[in-house]
Amino acid sequence: MKKILNFTLNGDPYEVAVKPKTTLIELIRDEIGLTGPKVGCNAGACGACTVLVDGKAVDSCSVLALQVEGHHVETVEGLADGEKLHPLQEAFLDDGGYQCGFCTPGMLMAAKSLLNENPDPSIHEIRHGLSGNLCRCTGYVRIIDSIHDAAQRMKKEGGES
Amino acid sequence: MRDFDYIAPKTVEETIKVLSEYKDDAKIIAGGQSLLNILKQDLMAPEILVDIKNLSELDYITYDDKDGMKIGATTTHHAVETSPLVLEHYPILAEMEHTLAFPQTRNWGTIGGNLCIQDPTGDVAPILIALKATVKIVGPNGERTLPMEDFSVDYYETVLEEDEILAEIQIPAVAPKTGIAYSKFRIVEGDAPIVGAAVAFTLNEDGTCADARIATNGTAPIPLRIPDAEAVFKGKKITDALIEEAVEIAGEAMECIPDIVASDEYKKRVAKVYVKRMAKKALSQIQ
Repeated sequence: MKKILNFTLNGDPYEVAVKPKTTLIELIRDEIGLTGPKVGCNAGACGACTVLVDGKAVDSCSVLALQVEGHHVETVEGLADGEKLHPLQEAFLDDGGYQCGFCTPGMLMAAKSLLNENPDPSIHEIRHGLSGNLCRCTGYVRIIDSIHDAAQRMKKEGGES
Repeated sequence: MRDFDYIAPKTVEETIKVLSEYKDDAKIIAGGQSLLNILKQDLMAPEILVDIKNLSELDYITYDDKDGMKIGATTTHHAVETSPLVLEHYPILAEMEHTLAFPQTRNWGTIGGNLCIQDPTGDVAPILIALKATVKIVGPNGERTLPMEDFSVDYYETVLEEDEILAEIQIPAVAPKTGIAYSKFRIVEGDAPIVGAAVAFTLNEDGTCADARIATNGTAPIPLRIPDAEAVFKGKKITDALIEEAVEIAGEAMECIPDIVASDEYKKRVAKVYVKRMAKKALSQIQ
């Protein structure tokens, strides 16, 4: 039997009826229709489904939709400000931070979570912060450089995210 | 995943009532970072999930010099990892949490959930055993408190009755002249440990050993405290020879299970090396 869930997604309030076994990524992709977060392993190992809950990265395949009752969820779709890309997105574009793009939404959100907590991470801290995200193109060096670059850009902009 | 019903009680009291009503038809979910994978594989088919993830009543970290630390069961790994109180009083716990699984897991997964799922490779239990922690369990007849090492029963099984929940982890203040070390062996950062070892020593004023604790993970169906190996040190000055002796005794207590990653023999050899290294490291940390 479906239950009513209230939460916000990228700033918009939602009230939806979901089956208890629906995972957060199934709700976001299949029912709400935002296909940014990807289903990679569906077991909490690859990070392609990473979204933010209250500003912190979680694997949306490993959270029941009903568990985000009253919480704020952000996906990659909420990263840009209208037409203006987020510094992370700009840096990924400029620095070659993605190849096939499948892992990119998860990488961006894991990076956002890291920068929320630590606006000026070292390369080591970036690697640790991204340890839950796999890139099967193995383009890690550019991804890490992009995040480092984004942090510098955000610092110049006055720490605004 | 099979269908199930779902309820998210607002208080501990309500949770116990729900559990008393549904008994073994119910399964508790907190962060679900292990449980959801078990459910997805249909290895478990509860009628109803009782969700305590948002039970803020059990989300806290407190410390005082007399009673030590109290950590509510639904506190996330990330909260423990970054707590100034944990960093000040039990840095080894923060250090372990910093390397537990992935950031995503730590942000949503809870310390109580980690103990209750009772995965034999779990990182949390051996450190809590070394720190002499106890766990507070709440049920319809009130509370009971157990030493950490008595909480686990078997693979994925704890002492919790069907109408009880783990409510709190209690860690006493660390005695002066104590050193504690933990490390684990794994192939890639973020992987589950293959084996790990936690060792704690407390010395007397004259430098002899007042107390020792040795606990390992991945070496038995449950987190393994090894009293026979600890006993080697009592009242004596800790030497390399004594450590070697304790390591051999520890090895005899281990019942490693072979799996796709490593044979039982290999796991035991590695675990013994980790006991030795952590004993030396713990000793070196005592001022």
